Amino acid sequence: MSNVGIVIVSHSPLVAEGTADMVRQMVGDEVPLAWCGGNGHGGLGTNVEAIMNAIDRAWSEAGVAILVDLGGAETNSEMAVEMIGEPRAQKIIVCNAPIVEGAVMAATEASGGASLREVVATAHELSPS
Amino acid sequence: MAALNLSRLIVAAADTIVAHAEELTALDQAIGDGDHGLNMKRGFEAVRSEAEAFAAKPLPEALKAIGTKLVMTVGGASGPLFGTLFMALGKEISAAPDRANLSLAFGKAIEAVAARGKSQVGQKTMLDVLQPVHEALLRGKTATEIADSADAAAEATVPMKALRGRASFLGDRSIGHMDAGARSTALLVRTVAETVGESA
Repeated sequence: MSNVGIVIVSHSPLVAEGTADMVRQMVGDEVPLAWCGGNGHGGLGTNVEAIMNAIDRAWSEAGVAILVDLGGAETNSEMAVEMIGEPRAQKIIVCNAPIVEGAVMAATEASGGASLREVVATAHELSPS
Repeated sequence: MAALNLSRLIVAAADTIVAHAEELTALDQAIGDGDHGLNMKRGFEAVRSEAEAFAAKPLPEALKAIGTKLVMTVGGASGPLFGTLFMALGKEISAAPDRANLSLAFGKAIEAVAARGKSQVGQKTMLDVLQPVHEALLRGKTATEIADSADAAAEATVPMKALRGRASFLGDRSIGHMDAGARSTALLVRTVAETVGESA
């Protein structure tokens, strides 16, 4: 698929899966979509390996936008991007946006064939700063 | 710093973290999300189980591999932060570092951790221990003095107000508790200083 992919990373697998459900229902299947949540040991948290796998599942040559919840999800997502390394890393961006609204808006933009830059800009418009 | 027994150093560092896991969790329960001790224990047990394999590599590659292992096994925000510390150290350190090279590599590693956590000194984090340790390294302090400076620096996070991480949500209520990451960092510094100090 040539549309930008969306990855949802939450401390809670329930939040991540629920957000992905909302994206699917509101945007449809035109966007590669993956989610991950939890620390990989049954607790709340985020896990670098799980994030790397989610990026693989949602991978698109057009790039991947990642939506995160609290701080650790951002730190772990940035670490995952760095470990994936170039050339793919330059096509992966961690968005500064609320996770649910950001995922839906980014996916909506992506479903129309927008570039990674446009998808990320749409998500960022939701951010207060 | 001759005849560094890397395997012994790795095991000693991991043993320290494992032995203090409950204390670290208690610190983190006060102002964080209470998973620091368990997360660090899991990560350092994973590192300890492969100590021989890490020690068989040249020091730079060993540090990078340990960092990667920590990233993958610690979890939470500590995984990327402690992982980055070791990975960045490995990038800059030489195979047989003297004090000058160690100081340089340590400084670069601190910059990498600060960038990863989008943080700086004075925000009640591990950086508040790393920075004084770096200064002690630069000033040619002994291993014991370096270990003491790390403990004092961790202690000095108690009256600080957290400005990064989960503890920052508490605002003023974060004051009066030691930062768990600062404590872990001081524990690691003391273990490394004492182990390396003995073999120097």
